[in-house]
Amino acid sequence: MAETMKSEMMNAEAAGAAAPEKDVILSVRDLRISFRAYGGLVQAVRGVSFDLYRGETLAIVGESGSGKSVSIKAIMGILANNAIIESGEILYDGKDLTKVKEDDFHEIRGHRIGLIFQDPLSALNPIMKIGKQITEVLRLKKGVSKAEAKEKALELMRVVGIPDVEQRFDQYPFQFSGGMRQRIVIAIALAGDPEILICDEPTTALDVTVQAKILEQINQIKKDRNLSVIFITHDLGVVANMADRVNVMYAGKIVETGTSEEIFFEPAHPYTWALLSSMPDLQTKDRLNAIPGTPPNMIFPPKGDAFAPRNAYALKIDHEKEPPMFKITETHAAATWLLHPQAANSRVEMPASLKARIERMKRSGGFNG
Amino acid sequence: MADSEYILEVKNLCQYFTSGRGRKKLTVKAVDDVTFSVRRAETFGLVGESGCGKTTTGRTIIRLYNPTSGEVTFEGQDIAGKMTRNLRKFLTSNIAMIFQDPIESLNPKMTIEEIVGEGLKVRGQNDRSEIRRQVVQMLNKVGLVEEHATRYPHEFSGGQRQRIGIARAIITNPKMVIADEPVSALDVSVQAQVINLLNDLKEEMGLTILFIAHNLSVVKYFSDRIGVMYYGHLVEVAKGDDLYQKPLHPYTRALLSAIPEPNPLTERTRVRIDYVPERDHDYSKEQPSMVEVEPEHFVYCSPSELEKYREIIQNA
Repeated sequence: MAETMKSEMMNAEAAGAAAPEKDVILSVRDLRISFRAYGGLVQAVRGVSFDLYRGETLAIVGESGSGKSVSIKAIMGILANNAIIESGEILYDGKDLTKVKEDDFHEIRGHRIGLIFQDPLSALNPIMKIGKQITEVLRLKKGVSKAEAKEKALELMRVVGIPDVEQRFDQYPFQFSGGMRQRIVIAIALAGDPEILICDEPTTALDVTVQAKILEQINQIKKDRNLSVIFITHDLGVVANMADRVNVMYAGKIVETGTSEEIFFEPAHPYTWALLSSMPDLQTKDRLNAIPGTPPNMIFPPKGDAFAPRNAYALKIDHEKEPPMFKITETHAAATWLLHPQAANSRVEMPASLKARIERMKRSGGFNG
Repeated sequence: MADSEYILEVKNLCQYFTSGRGRKKLTVKAVDDVTFSVRRAETFGLVGESGCGKTTTGRTIIRLYNPTSGEVTFEGQDIAGKMTRNLRKFLTSNIAMIFQDPIESLNPKMTIEEIVGEGLKVRGQNDRSEIRRQVVQMLNKVGLVEEHATRYPHEFSGGQRQRIGIARAIITNPKMVIADEPVSALDVSVQAQVINLLNDLKEEMGLTILFIAHNLSVVKYFSDRIGVMYYGHLVEVAKGDDLYQKPLHPYTRALLSAIPEPNPLTERTRVRIDYVPERDHDYSKEQPSMVEVEPEHFVYCSPSELEKYREIIQNA
C-alpha cells in the first residue's frame, strides 16, 4: 500500500513493541484557521493535530463554535472566503491539502473524501430528481455511461436501505422523509467511492429511532467498504455508539484524545468531565453538574487554558500558560496542567458523581434497552 | 376552586387540522383522543418524535389552537370551551409558556424590561417603578442582573435568552408552565444550567410543569410522570422509572431501544427494536383504548394486548 511508508514514519516515534501497526490515511498537523470578521480575527481553530487510521471511526466532539466543523471543512477544501489558514498542513496521499488548488481539489473532494452534511434537506437540490443527483456524481467522477450510471445509482440506493428504488429514482427530495433524505445524501457521498467518509452531525436533525437506523447503516457501509470515518457530533451517546477513538475539542483546540473506552471511563480533562456529567443519563437523580458561564469569544481567546474560566478545578497556572498535551497512555492524551508531575500533589480528581456514574456504566455492560 | 389532586385534566382531546376542500380535503389528526391528568406541583413529561403531536397538545391546552373536540379542565374549570374575555384572563394568569427557540420567541425591538414586564402591564400594572422592581427581582431569580434589563435580546447568548423566556413566563406567578423543548436549542454545557434553574424554580414556586421534549434522558431526569406520544395518540403513561424498567407498548420499547447512551459498553451490544404498527397490533377485531395496567401505568391497547401486558408486569 502506498501509505505504509508514511505510516511507518508516523509510527516510528511511537515504536512501542506492543503497539499494533496502524496505517495513517490522513494526518492533520498544527492546523490554525482564522476568520476575518467585523470585530477582528476569529481564531476558530488554534493548532489542531490528529491522525486518522485506515478503517477506524474517529469522533470529534465539541460544542458549537469549538472548531470541529471548521477543521473538516479545511480537509474538504470548502472553507468560507473569509477564512485564512494561518499555518499547519493536512497530509493525505502524499499531498498537503491546504496547498492544493481549487482546480485540482475536484480529484479529491467527493472522489477520495466524501462528506455527509447535517441537514439533508439543504444538501439536496430541491428541483432535481433524486436519481439525477446520484448519477450526476457517477457521470462526473467516474465518467460512466448513462445506463451504467443508473444501474450503479439503483444499487447504491439499495445499499443505503431505500425501498422501491426504481420508483424512488424518479422522485424529488420533497417526497422523501428526513431519514430517507439522509440516506440519499449518504448514497451520493458513496457514489464517488471515497476511502474517507466525513460525517458532520449526520443525525442531529433526525428523530432518535431514525437516527439509530442511519447510524447502523453507516456502520455497516463502513465495514463493507473498509472506509475510514471522521464523525462529528455533540451527542456523547452517538459517540459511544460509533467511535473507535475520540477527540474532544474546546475553543479551537483538541483538549483530550483517546480511545472510546479511555474517554468515557478514564477521562482526564476537566472539560471532558464536565461534558460527561452535565447531561443526565437514564439513571441520574442528583442535581446536574452544570458548567458555569458560556464558551469564550474566539476573537479574544482567554490566556492559558481556554476552559479555565469555567473550570472549578483550574490551577493558577491554567489562567496563565497554555497546557501542552500530556501523554497518559500510548493512545490517550489530555491538555491540562493537572497531569503535570508537579500537580500530582494537588490531587485533583474527577467529581465523585461522575466517578459513580462511570462505575455504574461499567457494571451495566450487558444492558440492551 | 376544586380540591381535586389534579390541576389539569385532559379528556379525549382531539386537534385536527384540515386543508383543501371538497375532494381535496385533507384532515391531519395531530392530536387524537388524548387523555391524561397532571397533579399539582408535578412535572409531567410528554415525549415523542417530531410530528407526534406533543407540541400541538401543549398549544391546544393553552388555547393557541381551538380544540376540535374533547375536554380540558384546569383547577376544575373548563378551558376548552368558547373563548371569552374571562376565560382568556383565567388562562393567561394561570398558565404560562416557555418556547423552544430563544431567539425567535423574544421580540428583537423590545428591551428585556419590556419583554419580561409585559405580562404585568397587560394585567393593569401601571406603576413603572413597580414593574421595574419586579422585573429585576425576576431577573435575579433566573440568574441575570439588573443591568441586563435595559438591553436587547441580540446582546444575549442562547442560554441567557432562554433565562429571559423563563423570567417572562413566571413573572405573573402562574400555577402551571408549559415548557416546549426549553433546552433542545442550547449547547450541551448550557442545557444543564437551564435544567437546574427550572428545577429550582419548580421547588421554590411549587410550579406544575408540562415538559415537552424529545430527549428522553432529559425528560426522564426532569419529570415525575411521562407520557409517550406516537402519531397523535398517547400510547403509554407511567412514572419515569416504571416506563424505563417495564415499557409495555411496542413503540415505547422501540423508542427506548433507540436512545444512544454515553457508554461504549452498552452501545456495542445494543439491540434495536423496530416498531411496525401493522405488524405489532391487530386492531381489526378489537378497538384499543387507554387502560390502567398497574397503578399509575396506562397503556393504549386492545383487551387481548392488555392480558399480555398484565402477564409481563406480573413476571417483572
